[in-house]
Amino acid sequence: MKKSNKIFKSIVISFLIFLYAPALLLPIFSFNNSKVIAFPLSGFSTIWFEELLYENTLHNALFNSLVIAISSTILATILGTLVARASTRYIFYGKKISITFILVPLILPEIILGVCLLTVLIQLGLDLNLWSVVLGHTLLITPFSTLIMVSAFNNLDISLEEASLDLGMSSLQTFWIIILPMVSPGLISSLLIGFVISLDEFIIAFFLTGVEPTLPVYIWSQFRFPAKLPSTMALGTVLLIVSLILVSLFEYFRRRMELYNNYGVELDQK
Amino acid sequence: MIKKNSINNEKIVDLISIVKSFDHVKAVNNVSLGINEGEFFSLLGPSGCGKTTLLRVIAGFEKPENGNVFINGTNVNSVAPNNRPTNMVFQNYAIFPHLNVSENVGYGLRNTNLSKDQILKKIDGALKLVGLKGYNKRASSALSGGQRQRVALARALILKPRVLLLDEPLSALDKNLREQMQFELRQLQKSVGITFILVTHDQTEALTMSDRVGVMFNGKVDQVATPEQIYNKPETKMVAAFIGSMNFFETKCLEKSSKTVTVFHKDLGNVKLLKNNIFGVESTKLTIGIRPENLKIISDNLKIQSKSFTAKIVEKSFMGDTMLYSIKLNQSENNNTYNISISDIKNSPNPNIGDKISVTFEEADVVAYYEE
Amino acid sequence: MYLSEQNRKGWRLLGVPFLFAIFLLAVPIVTMTALSFWTQDYLTLIKTITFENYKQAWFQPVFQTLFARSLIISLTVTFFTILFAFPIAYYISFYGGKRKALWLFLITIPFWTSYLLRMFLWKVILGYNGVLNSFFDWLGVITEPLTFLLYNTNAVILALVHGWAPFAILPIFVSLEKIDRSLLEASNDLGDNSFNQFFRIILPLSMPGVIGAVLIIFIPCIGDYITPKLVGGPEGLMIANMIQVQFSKANNAPLAAALSVTSLLIVGIIAMAFVFFNRKYLRNY
Repeated sequence: MKKSNKIFKSIVISFLIFLYAPALLLPIFSFNNSKVIAFPLSGFSTIWFEELLYENTLHNALFNSLVIAISSTILATILGTLVARASTRYIFYGKKISITFILVPLILPEIILGVCLLTVLIQLGLDLNLWSVVLGHTLLITPFSTLIMVSAFNNLDISLEEASLDLGMSSLQTFWIIILPMVSPGLISSLLIGFVISLDEFIIAFFLTGVEPTLPVYIWSQFRFPAKLPSTMALGTVLLIVSLILVSLFEYFRRRMELYNNYGVELDQK
Repeated sequence: MIKKNSINNEKIVDLISIVKSFDHVKAVNNVSLGINEGEFFSLLGPSGCGKTTLLRVIAGFEKPENGNVFINGTNVNSVAPNNRPTNMVFQNYAIFPHLNVSENVGYGLRNTNLSKDQILKKIDGALKLVGLKGYNKRASSALSGGQRQRVALARALILKPRVLLLDEPLSALDKNLREQMQFELRQLQKSVGITFILVTHDQTEALTMSDRVGVMFNGKVDQVATPEQIYNKPETKMVAAFIGSMNFFETKCLEKSSKTVTVFHKDLGNVKLLKNNIFGVESTKLTIGIRPENLKIISDNLKIQSKSFTAKIVEKSFMGDTMLYSIKLNQSENNNTYNISISDIKNSPNPNIGDKISVTFEEADVVAYYEE
Repeated sequence: MYLSEQNRKGWRLLGVPFLFAIFLLAVPIVTMTALSFWTQDYLTLIKTITFENYKQAWFQPVFQTLFARSLIISLTVTFFTILFAFPIAYYISFYGGKRKALWLFLITIPFWTSYLLRMFLWKVILGYNGVLNSFFDWLGVITEPLTFLLYNTNAVILALVHGWAPFAILPIFVSLEKIDRSLLEASNDLGDNSFNQFFRIILPLSMPGVIGAVLIIFIPCIGDYITPKLVGGPEGLMIANMIQVQFSKANNAPLAAALSVTSLLIVGIIAMAFVFFNRKYLRNY
């Protein structure tokens, strides 16, 4: 038992190294004072980060990405919340099949989503712009929001709502005072995850973006120029730190949600 | 807010022909029931009998598909839960986890015109009433099961409802706390004078706390009566079997007179039943019921007073305050065993397993049900 | 009465998201399918129904090769990912103690960094002047840079396994967590050693998680565009790259649509096979 435990632990740790090693190259080479990405390292420098400050195309792409991420995340969270509420609270005809249908983007390769949306937009003769990407990303994120919100609503004991109504509150008051605060960790998780997914999504944006690149599309275009490599690495480092912060926040709110959940479990045991 | 109507002044809640089904199964099947102002009423029954549904119909969480609910003389069928003069203590208490004790207790006062000081005063009063004085700022997650229940009570009582509905409020507590809370709930009800309707599957709870008990099976109320009546004169066989324990014997009707019916059983012989103790639609077959504590073992030197029969002891268990015997009858072919419970252990004969004994009972204690 | 009220309230909530999905999912899929039966002459669409695109997509060797390669690559990736992920999930579930959440968090972190950059980093690592070659050169192990590292199927597989492993760990971990530990004690008590126990109790009971992981990895991998484009070279290209080429440079959107519909069919059939397999497996319990 003890010995196998140790072997296991070393497997797990080497696996973690394998997982992290490529990502660790980002900070290493973005602070390296050389145009070539290779060992040995030549010296410390922050020049690649400074270069990022003067890249106008990057700033535009970042702005586009933020607009898309914020809009599609909010839209998807609203849609996901509606689906989750319907799913956890009501029984109605066509429930299972319609909700499954809404979740389909989870199991569609993104390239197919991209091709489908592009086909329809071209057929309709619509222009490609940021809003076409927003629609695509909303479609992609809604299933994730739905799943997160379903678990948030599942943690919400229906008797809490009933208690509030019973104590004289209207449905609207109950929504604001009881339901919203209790599912807020779920809402925040959904917003964070949606934001990270949208910010990172490449294919759909690549197909639908038209002339305004998003951040990943910009990064993709930079891959062609070896001279741009170190500053791309620096950009990657910045993104890594941002997603670390967002994911840590997500984890924090997920635990908050579990706390409510555990509260229920404890009650059952007593 | 609620118009008074003089149809049924003494009945605070009046249910008329309530029907409610889920997925085509009738959870409540044509129930009519009146609950008196100021009484402690219990709805007792096994799980799935429809008692909680009936309570939720009164609270307004379930809309009956047929029938009328009157509260304080007003038809409340189309009145939403938040506008009914009822409040509920939920089975899991439904304490809002993101609010502290004060915020929970004062929750229903948000919609009133009371000033902040008045609200705080009321909260203090309600907490004092349930024995949680000084718990105002306690986080609701830091409360024990018993404390949660008290908060739930305070939260409902602070609104001075005409009727307090309690959905199995004690089932989540351990045995000692449960017994203490039974006593406290009863005291509380007497002191506030509000009508309590309690749903429970625990017969001891219902019998010890209530003024009246309604026993439900399969969506119907079989009997509504005081705890004594329910125990001593259960009106249906199901109630008799559910409350306490009961020995049933199948008998045939021999003759009927104006006040009595005489039946025959192979072992028991002729038994003369009081007509008051017989229930159901008249027929020639009757099942008679005798409670284990109404059967007595006769020692040889004792003179036989009334009815008696002989039996053999097959099992014997010491229960602390009582001794429980399982017996088999001599004549009957079937393998049924029957129970005798002796509480006065010291002054009773103490036969052993395998012994043949004589058993006696009073005919006035026997209840009977016509079979179809 | 009861049901109709539930119906009304349920659909009132679900209506908008459902219409959204109809317009952005159902309509596009139908349009794409329609497109796949048309033909394109430079920039004009000819809307007469023809199976020409499917004839090409299914029978031209170049497409057959790409479909076969995509399938083989994603199956291989799925296999290796699960092979790696299972021991990790097992360790965290059975030996993770109080730090299970921390372990999971550590494993998922790299996943949330840009997929594009993670895949690109493999190009940086495996390239001719890349990290690995320069590192070996610095060590003095090699005299010439190794060229077999990048631009082939293996590079694609390596990068994809790395990219998707965290996603496989989670469902397997969840299904392992669900195994009642008293079942293991019971199997020990009934004479199983840990080897038997693993194959007779743990593996069968964790099967739903394994199948979940298979679906989670297989589907995005078969449609992956980024990885083959970055590290695959000409020999490592997959079907998604061809779809993109047909759509843009080759100006043959109908063929791209036919290729997409075909991929969708393959994904659908395989996904359904797994789901069916899972159901059948679960019915035994």
